[in-house]
Amino acid sequence: MKKKLLIFFGVIATVVACSSSDDSGSESTGGSNFDRTALLTNWADNIIIPSFTNYQSKIQALNASITVFNTTTTEANLVNVRTSWLEAYKAYQYVAIYNFGKSEEINLKESANTYPSNTVGIQSNITAGNYNLSLISQFDKQGFPALDYMINGLGTTDAAIVTFYTTNTNAAKYKRYLTDLTARLQTSADAVVTDWNSSYRATYIANNGVSVTSSVNITTNNFVKNLEKDVRSGKIGIPAGVFSGGTLFPDKVEAFYKNDVSRDLLNTAVQASKDFFNGKKFNGTSTGAGFQSYLDYVNATRSGQKLSTIINTQYDAILTSNATLSTSFSKQITTDNTKMITAYDVLQQNVIYTKLDMMQALDITIDYVDGDGD
Amino acid sequence: MIQNYLKQHSSAATLAFYRLAFGLMMLLSLIRFASYGWIKKFYITPEFHFTYYGFEWVKPIGNYTYLLFVIAGLAAFFVAIGYKYKWAILTFFLSFTYIELMDKTTYLNHYYFITLISFTFLFLPANCYYSVDAYKDEKLRFEKIPSWNIDILKLLLALVYFYAGLAKINSDWLIEAMPLKIWLPNNSNLPLIGSFLNENWVHYAFSWTGMIYDLAIVFLLLYKRTRLFGFILVVVFHILTKILFPIGVFPYVMIISSLIFFDTSFHKKVLNLISRIASRSITIFENGKEKQVNPTMLYKAKINFISVFVLFQLLFPFRYVCYPNELFWTEEGFRFSWRVMLMEKAGYTTFTVIDAITKKEIRVNNSHFLTKFQEKQMAFQPDFILEYAHYLHNYYLNQGINAPEVYVESYVALNGRLSQKYIDSKINLANENESFKHKTWILPFNDTIKGF
Repeated sequence: MKKKLLIFFGVIATVVACSSSDDSGSESTGGSNFDRTALLTNWADNIIIPSFTNYQSKIQALNASITVFNTTTTEANLVNVRTSWLEAYKAYQYVAIYNFGKSEEINLKESANTYPSNTVGIQSNITAGNYNLSLISQFDKQGFPALDYMINGLGTTDAAIVTFYTTNTNAAKYKRYLTDLTARLQTSADAVVTDWNSSYRATYIANNGVSVTSSVNITTNNFVKNLEKDVRSGKIGIPAGVFSGGTLFPDKVEAFYKNDVSRDLLNTAVQASKDFFNGKKFNGTSTGAGFQSYLDYVNATRSGQKLSTIINTQYDAILTSNATLSTSFSKQITTDNTKMITAYDVLQQNVIYTKLDMMQALDITIDYVDGDGD
Repeated sequence: MIQNYLKQHSSAATLAFYRLAFGLMMLLSLIRFASYGWIKKFYITPEFHFTYYGFEWVKPIGNYTYLLFVIAGLAAFFVAIGYKYKWAILTFFLSFTYIELMDKTTYLNHYYFITLISFTFLFLPANCYYSVDAYKDEKLRFEKIPSWNIDILKLLLALVYFYAGLAKINSDWLIEAMPLKIWLPNNSNLPLIGSFLNENWVHYAFSWTGMIYDLAIVFLLLYKRTRLFGFILVVVFHILTKILFPIGVFPYVMIISSLIFFDTSFHKKVLNLISRIASRSITIFENGKEKQVNPTMLYKAKINFISVFVLFQLLFPFRYVCYPNELFWTEEGFRFSWRVMLMEKAGYTTFTVIDAITKKEIRVNNSHFLTKFQEKQMAFQPDFILEYAHYLHNYYLNQGINAPEVYVESYVALNGRLSQKYIDSKINLANENESFKHKTWILPFNDTIKGF
């Protein structure tokens, strides 16, 4: 028996030993293997590029509504700006996951959504008029949070807000700042979409290996980081005082000036994360290759359940616990912060499932280094 | 019987062959290590190093660390050629061991193996044949040496394999095919066998053959009739692991090392071949002289010391029985025990530092203090977590935090189990100290892994 097993082993191993030296060039093959190329193609063509394209068009719409508002500065048009701002802000939640390539290079994320915004800085920018929004020091004076301040935070009523663009001595400057803010968002969105549509798509898909710098590795790390840092910490943890020993920051919620959409934005981000996990086509219903199918392919089961099911169940638990929150997180934090903490914990659980259990199941390397042999 | 055994002699060519091979392999390994930029990456860049208990004073020495590698490399070369052998092997042993002790993040069983071999070499007359020393000094030249000089190296090598095989006799490895079930599918893009690596039966086949191989290989190598077959297995096995896993030079070290089991005639042939290339001959060393040992007090002391060393090597890997709870979970007694490739373990570990007076909380960003690799290793090993917690305590104390309390939130996933909480998050780790005692703040595993 022993000898037979050894011979069996020997034969298998000899085959490997020989085959590897023969042709080690081709990385991905079809057949029953998990096809990384197909995975990356689904991600790029059905999720990432459509997400960015959608974001781009929502920014265009925002841009258009601001042009209208600047020409015909009325309360009605302000409401329209607000609507398109929220639409674009939601579209942003979908692209925040893909902070690599051009997006990372031009700091799309930091320039679009650094909050709380620096209102003193914004005011001095407006008055001085000589700002350069592409500087790193300007991250907290632009993007959606700055727009939030500009269209929701300048006054307590819509009428009061509109006066900043009509009767205020700096009205022209306010209008200009509004235009510059969207123009900046537009430039970034355009740059990323152009890059994906030209050369980056092919580069991204071709980089289908398993190394630290491979596309699957980079995308996975960004996916996990988004859920951990942007969604968990940014949207809940920081305002709810998780990182400040219980000191609450109701003013550090996302979209503070609009105030009643922070839950909406959180849920959008969670949905975006869940959809990406499932390889779900952007704006569609069909699912393709994604973490879910990848995990199922490597038969990742934990405690008698598919790991993909565990993670999906947890996503649902997150949405359920979010539903108990007020639409305004500042209100929720001031009235009953324990619900925020519960929401944080439920979300944290999925950070652990994805960052630890999923990454482990997919054997995603963090760095190349020798391991113990045998 | 033992007295008779100690009087037996074998050809010095075998020991010389292994000395040469070992020295050259070490030289090449060190060059490879340096060429990857790992000296800087592992020893210069990190601002904090994980030390071994009792060896906290062994730390990288700034840019002199490079010099340390140069010294180790030169020593390895001198060992290979057998020049000033005693000093060379002592230098190599000390410098290599120092390097290994600098940061336990890079701990590998095979590094420990190299330390043990070079330590053993300290006591062996490996320069009495085919060495510059013996070439220059006729008094040092011997054709025969006591057999135990060679057998002890075989024994150490046998221990690595056999204990690694024993360690594989556990329920995770044999019954769950873990962790190979996680690792092998990652290679499913290999040509030919790739598609098989996602098959469940293949994971079991690899697990079981791996265990049987480790237990049986030494016996196959010991007997002349099975030796060649055994050696083919060694080559095939290690090349296979080399293809499947990132394990650096060790497959080659093990393949070359297993040649020590061959007959002297083989070693002589190899040495002859090398000599011919250099237009020399090994006949000068064939003086028919047997290295006689005088049973002096010193020699007896040496024999006793080595016996204790061997006994220690036999027992030390079993020290885990002194600890409660699951070995794979607590890792108390896990290192230095030839437990290789047994675990796919990863963690998610974050720290909170609290000012004892103001109660101000700080969430620690691990990447401020640790490299990615250090963070990865820290996240699932209790002694790393504790040492890092103390480092954070001291760091924040210097930052003006009052009596910093350090708490950890840690989750660990082991061999395909769902992650679970690892460390008691209510324990202020700044108050806990490293020792050989069981760490009570490790939370229970809630599962059992049966076996060695």
